Amino acid sequence: MTGVAGSPYPSILAGMAVGALTRAYLLRADFRIYPTYPHGWVTHLSLGVVAALLGAVIVPALAAREFTAAAFVALAAQQFREVRAAERDSLAALERIERVARGADYVEGIARVFEARNYLSMLTAAVASGTTHVLGWQVGLAAGIFSLLVAAGFRQGRQVGGIADVRPAKLHFEETLLFVDDIQMMAVGLQESRRYLLRHGQGVILEPRDLDARATLATAGQRQAIAHDAAAAVGLRKDYGTPEFTPLVRVDLDTGRVGLVIVPIHDSISALVEGVRRVPLLESARRRPLGSAGTR
Amino acid sequence: MRESGSILAVVTLRPESVGGAMPSFYARDEAERERLATYLSRILDAMVHDLENGTYILVRH
Repeated sequence: MTGVAGSPYPSILAGMAVGALTRAYLLRADFRIYPTYPHGWVTHLSLGVVAALLGAVIVPALAAREFTAAAFVALAAQQFREVRAAERDSLAALERIERVARGADYVEGIARVFEARNYLSMLTAAVASGTTHVLGWQVGLAAGIFSLLVAAGFRQGRQVGGIADVRPAKLHFEETLLFVDDIQMMAVGLQESRRYLLRHGQGVILEPRDLDARATLATAGQRQAIAHDAAAAVGLRKDYGTPEFTPLVRVDLDTGRVGLVIVPIHDSISALVEGVRRVPLLESARRRPLGSAGTR
Repeated sequence: MRESGSILAVVTLRPESVGGAMPSFYARDEAERERLATYLSRILDAMVHDLENGTYILVRH
């Protein structure tokens, strides 16, 4: 496979390096502890290197008129669709035993991201190796760094903090009804549970900044994700037999404001507020009524 | 699969106010009602709601 522009190996190596770097950079575990360190990392890093190899050989293969090889690369790329299914299956299996479920939207979002990131590293690898192969290593280096930076932009998706103002709020009861500020959350019958909620519970209010944000926050998927990540951020005082300590996310129908109540282990309101701000906006929960026809 | 939204049990001070084919527990006073409801809540993993007519219901959500 000696290409028109000399030996293909430098360009393949360059492409692989950029592709693998892309995947490594996009693998970031934060307080949500996902992917699970270290074995989840090993899996995804290895897959990322495979993806980088596939991306890196495609331009040299085409240049060498090795069309069979190029077609085979395209075929191999299909395998990464399996990544999404595998991630979805493993998360869905855990879902049944999670105290606060992620919700279908969140699981689907995570699975989609894992699949897409392999394609990203394949793309950056193809750009780096292609430019190196055709235009020389100086251009290849520049293009590689550029594509890496572009791919890095995908690491941080949009977050709840970008569409809503998140602030601490007070819990109080009216008779047996629990309120976060003036948003009604649930009816708690047991006096002891009401006392416990008042003593240890914490509340947060999310104020959507526009109609799109309001529609997005109202989706069941986005609210479930907020409850899950809030519990991941500050922990959960809850065991079997205490359903009243399940974190709840409820919408005020009149204003679209959203209330969250949680009984945290880590008694830090700033950690809770920051955790809620950083909940990813789920692709499948995004709503844009302002973009619909007839809207001004 | 857990059934959700159904009444699993009733704890009441006023037996004449509840009926139907569900487990009903009659409490002599508020303290006993509170205690019975707590036990049942922990056992059934169910939420206690106060209907404010002397009756608590246990619901799994």
